[in-house]
Amino acid sequence: MFMRFFHRMASPPYFYVISGRWLPWLAVICLALILAGLYGGLVEAPADYQQGDSFRIIYIHVPSAWMSLFIYVVMAVAGGIGLIWHIKLAEMVAVSSAPIGASFTFLALVTGSLWGKPMWGTWWVWDGRLTSELILLFLYLGVIALYGAIDDKRRAGRAAAILALVGVVNIPIIHYSVEWWNTLHQGPTVTKFDKPSIHISMLIPLLLMAGGFKLFYLIAVLMRLRSEILERERNSKWVTALVGSEDRRQKTEDRVQESDVDPRRVGP
Amino acid sequence: MKRRSTLNAFYFLLKRDLILNFRRRAEIANPLLFFVIVITLFPLGVGAKPQLLQSMAPGVIWVAALLAAMLSLDRIFRSDFEDGSLEQLLLSAHPVSVLVLAKVAAHWLVTGLPLLVVAPLLAVLLGLPVDAMGVLVVTLLLGTPVLSLVGAIGVALTVGLRRGGIILSLLVLPLYIPVLIFASNAVDMAAGGLPVTAQLSMLAAFLALALALAPWPAAAALRISLS
Repeated sequence: MFMRFFHRMASPPYFYVISGRWLPWLAVICLALILAGLYGGLVEAPADYQQGDSFRIIYIHVPSAWMSLFIYVVMAVAGGIGLIWHIKLAEMVAVSSAPIGASFTFLALVTGSLWGKPMWGTWWVWDGRLTSELILLFLYLGVIALYGAIDDKRRAGRAAAILALVGVVNIPIIHYSVEWWNTLHQGPTVTKFDKPSIHISMLIPLLLMAGGFKLFYLIAVLMRLRSEILERERNSKWVTALVGSEDRRQKTEDRVQESDVDPRRVGP
Repeated sequence: MKRRSTLNAFYFLLKRDLILNFRRRAEIANPLLFFVIVITLFPLGVGAKPQLLQSMAPGVIWVAALLAAMLSLDRIFRSDFEDGSLEQLLLSAHPVSVLVLAKVAAHWLVTGLPLLVVAPLLAVLLGLPVDAMGVLVVTLLLGTPVLSLVGAIGVALTVGLRRGGIILSLLVLPLYIPVLIFASNAVDMAAGGLPVTAQLSMLAAFLALALALAPWPAAAALRISLS
């Protein structure tokens, strides 16, 4: 049952149709979660007794940091699946995840830096967490750069998947090495404020935001996948049929759409 | 019988690569010169205060070693890719990972090993205490093979690209960070007269890990690059 579902999902045309049906629902749920989370976090939750209102950036910062790691793992697992079973769709998931993951990593770094300025009095410290997050960003950028550099997208996807897998081995190593490096060094003691066990009224919006961010990722990756599928399969019958039928439905005589999907760089 | 022939293949490939490298001696010297020049830049750039130089020495030497290793990486597969012998290697009956290992070993013998010889000299220039010299050499001995092994994955991924150099650095440098951290930390600690067994054990662990794991992704990447 499950296996059949997965086998069918791995077929790009089927996936394209199904994901198109899912998207509006996912978008509604995602918007509801994020709005509820934002309302709970920015309005309902009480101000922190130490940090005042500036703690509220946590509702962006922490979910982004979670997502940055989560997406990397998704990317590596999807890449591995694509490499082992030669599933095109899994490779596409891996390469479509990379820019989203990089954006979340960047967001986590920026919000962390904004939070660090009033709390620690500095934009940046070479603390284990910050440094490993920065290196995570570099790893994402490496995957994106490699994918962009190879013209044959099929090959590019497989190469990027290998890099993602190598990086996933390296992530725990980097994380611990940076942490040990700092503890060994006994550098400027990072004023890690003691986390007061978070109150339930603060925790619930955080979890809502985390759920909303996960769904946002799902939506973004689906949309990227759909366009990636169209681009890669632009010479196949079902894409021509799909574009053709949409053309007819629009009843517009302009052929712009066709030339959009069927650009001049059609392969031999 | 089969196993023996694979070992033979490893040995012959290693010998072939070494011979090829020694026929172009100037190219062996280049990364070494780069290493020396980069290290010379630091006293000129940040000022020649002995205190400052001494505290910076481990990091500077290791960063320079990292860059020198990275710049010479391209040689592992590039010329073989260009004259087509890489494809012949992939077609051979032997496991590609073993052949990759032979090429990496040859590369390290030609580019990594000379660094070990020059590094103590440069350490003297930077005023590193003599006690730390032995540790520096040991970290280079343990660390530079890891750089070659991990770098081989990056080269294998980018060998088919026309301008792979800058991308190669993007891919490989983040993966080098753990080695840099532990190696320079070990030298730093040794200069302060502290024990460094933990750092050296970590470096040895990295070497074991890279030796066991890196040839596979490199072989897979070569197959993709040449497909």
